[in-house]
Amino acid sequence: MSFGHRYDVIVIGAGHNGLICAAYLAKAGRRVLVLERRHVLGGAAVSEELYPGFTFSVASYVVSLFRPHIIRDLDLARHGYHVIPMDCAFQPLPQGRGLARWSDPDRTRREVAHFSRHDAEVYPEFSLAMTRMGLLAKAVIDRAPPVLGSLRPSNVRAWARLGRAYRHLGPHLQHVAQKLFTMSAADFLDLWFESPILKGPLAASGIIGTFKGVRTPGTAYVLLHHYMGEIDGAFRSWGFSRGGTGGVSMACARAACAYGAEIRTEASVSKVLVQGGRARGVVLDNGDDFEAEVIVSNLDPRRTLEGLVGAPHLPSRLTEQLRRYKYDGSSGKVNLALDGVPTFACRPSVGDHMRGDIVIAPDVDYLERAYDEAKYGTWSSRPFINAVIPSLTDPSVAPPGKHILSCFVQYAPYHLNQGTWQEERDRFGDAVVDTLASYMPDLKDRILFRQVLTPWDMEQQFGLTEGNIFHGELSLEQLFFQRPVPGMAHYRTPIASLFLCGSGTHPGGGIMGASGELAAKTILGHPT
Amino acid sequence: MVGTPFYSRQLRLCQSMRWKLWSGFYAVDSYLLEHDLEYFALRSAAGLIDVSPLCKYLVRGHDSAALLSHIMVRNIAKLGVGRVAYTCWCDDAGKVIGDGTVMRRDEHEFLVTTTDPCFSWLCRFLYGYSARVHDVTDDLAALALQGPYARDILVSVSGTAIGDMRYFAARDVLVAGRPIWVSRTGYTGDLGYELWIPRADALDVWDALLTAGQSYALRPAGLMALDMCRIEAGYILKHVEYHSALHALIEARKSSPYEIGLGWTVQLDRSPFVGQRALQLEARTRSPWRLAGLDIDWSETEALYRRHGLPPALSTEPWRTSIPVYRDRARQHQVGYATSGTWSPLLKKNIALATLRTNCAVPGTRLQIAMQVEHERHAVTATVHSPRFFDPARKTSVAI
Ligand SMILES: Cc1cc2nc3c(=O)[nH]c(=O)nc-3n(C[C@H](O)[C@H](O)[C@H](O)COP(=O)(O)OP(=O)(O)OC[C@H]3O[C@@H](n4cnc5c(N)ncnc54)[C@H](O)[C@@H]3O)c2cc1C
Repeated sequence: MSFGHRYDVIVIGAGHNGLICAAYLAKAGRRVLVLERRHVLGGAAVSEELYPGFTFSVASYVVSLFRPHIIRDLDLARHGYHVIPMDCAFQPLPQGRGLARWSDPDRTRREVAHFSRHDAEVYPEFSLAMTRMGLLAKAVIDRAPPVLGSLRPSNVRAWARLGRAYRHLGPHLQHVAQKLFTMSAADFLDLWFESPILKGPLAASGIIGTFKGVRTPGTAYVLLHHYMGEIDGAFRSWGFSRGGTGGVSMACARAACAYGAEIRTEASVSKVLVQGGRARGVVLDNGDDFEAEVIVSNLDPRRTLEGLVGAPHLPSRLTEQLRRYKYDGSSGKVNLALDGVPTFACRPSVGDHMRGDIVIAPDVDYLERAYDEAKYGTWSSRPFINAVIPSLTDPSVAPPGKHILSCFVQYAPYHLNQGTWQEERDRFGDAVVDTLASYMPDLKDRILFRQVLTPWDMEQQFGLTEGNIFHGELSLEQLFFQRPVPGMAHYRTPIASLFLCGSGTHPGGGIMGASGELAAKTILGHPT
Repeated sequence: MVGTPFYSRQLRLCQSMRWKLWSGFYAVDSYLLEHDLEYFALRSAAGLIDVSPLCKYLVRGHDSAALLSHIMVRNIAKLGVGRVAYTCWCDDAGKVIGDGTVMRRDEHEFLVTTTDPCFSWLCRFLYGYSARVHDVTDDLAALALQGPYARDILVSVSGTAIGDMRYFAARDVLVAGRPIWVSRTGYTGDLGYELWIPRADALDVWDALLTAGQSYALRPAGLMALDMCRIEAGYILKHVEYHSALHALIEARKSSPYEIGLGWTVQLDRSPFVGQRALQLEARTRSPWRLAGLDIDWSETEALYRRHGLPPALSTEPWRTSIPVYRDRARQHQVGYATSGTWSPLLKKNIALATLRTNCAVPGTRLQIAMQVEHERHAVTATVHSPRFFDPARKTSVAI
């Protein structure tokens, strides 16, 4: 074989994880090449000007879990990482003033008390318990997972560390933890709260990105994602990336380049060349080839191993497991450009309640009904929507006085019972706009532009298999030492010198950066 | 105590009821319950800060340039019309009395602004000069419009192309039909302007700015947010980073410009000015103290909290108490003290400004700073850094 170019490492895909992996490797002195299929960087954390003057966070729209130590390690603030926290989660309701939850606990208590005095007081207790759980989760996400069965000292130490973190919770919280990891979001919340209205948006955070309902066991633990934020305070965990979530990716890209990595766009990899059980290089769609000691893939496990490597190179037991690994995308996205601020019927002023998270999840049953439809292969006619208007906080994303309304929608099952997503796309978009317009009567008059992304579109555009936003369901059986599949949880693959660094590895999806960092450290042989 | 000319507006906007006293005026510490949202407005969009309590003096007359050159460590005679200089002034021993800005309005008129009254100090040197000093503190309201969108807002509200206005330039601008003075200055270390407004027009200008600012996510911002920004930018504050030589009880509390990061403002080789001889001497030797930044190690901090089973829970509010800094972890050899600090939400760093022994103030030096975690005293590594933690290109860039 003769290759066009030689590198120490080739990273396939410039999602934020690929870029972070590249940055750590380049910082350690490796000669790194990143190959991205699209013309823009960032994968699902991408900003694009879809309509003149409007920069959309096309897919992911808020940042929460990004690991702060990565910001420091890679000097990302200098390279433009800039996340602005949100102060409020607002739940408009058909009647009354809706429910706004604020960073300030007393302000939240007063709001919740309109619905239940009991819940208003339990709310901080709940937050405290979840913060304690979040600490446990943090011990998990910042390290490569230990494996089952190995007696290597580092592995035993890793288990011991987790055991200590768990023991530290104390008996009461250990029970809470057991429930959290087994129950459904709705059932778990029933242990604390009485108001179905308050439980609506809380439960909704348990189903984001999953093809499960709020009453499906195993959804409760996802609530934790909201309590793992770092220093910037409890609610402070969610924020807007300045210039859209692509801003995070661009900061990572600039860091990678500053450390000497080379990035090529419109360079779609069609094949990983395997020789004698080792990955030797890659071939692009256009036939160009590149050689490297190490190949890292930012793509999901199926695309990497079945798509780029090919089943013949893999043990049959693994192909079987990979086939079973669940994607089942369930989310859609509707991006709107508006010529002014829309008005909520229930709180008409333009206020801080509009500057945060806007959740269309009026109560628990609403969410379960949305799932009922999806379960049998149709999109939800009255979907759960998580909307944000980033332009109220970040003027860089829209012209003065104009706004962006970004709507994350569930459910939009990848596998439709009838018809195709090309046929259904517009009707689905209409249902989303209609649902929102029932809370914002002037919305339709303000729409200048609309983009509807179905799971099928996400697969086509972003290479997300079956439109799963997290490179595979974040259900417990596909997490931790089982992500993506048992025996392959250390960023390694059965092909020597081929590694994974995308969201399909521990700790999973979201703009977190941990997969990219931990993969790089594994490759470098640094402790993780 | 009195409100500034903007008091009536602030009273309605100040949700948190957190006020502070500044030179005898009520000043908003934070409008919102969460002050860091104001910080983020300043860093991501724009913030409007009422800086009316600043002391303001008009110095007029044929010799005003010569007078100010005599008082200031900087050669004000060389300052062009329509330019602003940041400077400090010292006593005969070369110890700093105050710091502030001098704006040259025209050949014979200057506006001096500073945090503390200095009327009598300015007047002290009038003898022999044809110049007069007018205290216009109460006649001029002042607003700082700061942040990446400050320019857009000012353009939209004044209809004037100020894109080419350079860093530390000043000019007259019409806002809401009112003539005001604008200088491209500020205390946030970012793109920004300060607006000097006749008292009678203050509210009209405020309203015009807030209305125009709606399209740019402008927020009124309080002193807490301002403090976070100025610490990130490495800007010193009187009474915090240094004490006026006029008011220091003991000699040890006095500082020379070289010791508080203002050495660059001192222009030694020229006609005599107050403190010149002492400063010439000091410039040739080595000042015992230096202003420095400290980057307080985060993983060590986290580890200390972890010992108690706690997540790192730093206050999100900026602080300004003196904290000892040591050379060693055992806290035996003190080499200075931190004077103010903040969690930097943008840099994700715990930073401080400090006064350090000159030999310890070299960037990269690893020192130890005292830190209290859950009632226990510890030391955490603090790495010496330039005080300028945050310094974006847009601070000084022009847009044509
Ligand atoms: C609609 C939507 C909303 C979301 N909302 C949020 C949110 O608000 N907050 C949050 O934290 N997370 C959110 N997520 C999840 C989050 O965006 C993803 O988990 C994360 O961005 C994935 O990053 P990654 O680097 O692992 O992979 P990706 O971003 O998927 O990157 C993979 C990269 O590989 C490239 N690629 C694919 N095939 C090839 C090839 N053959 N050759 C070369 N390159 C190739 C792709 O173009 C892409 O750039 C959302 C996701 C979606 C889709």
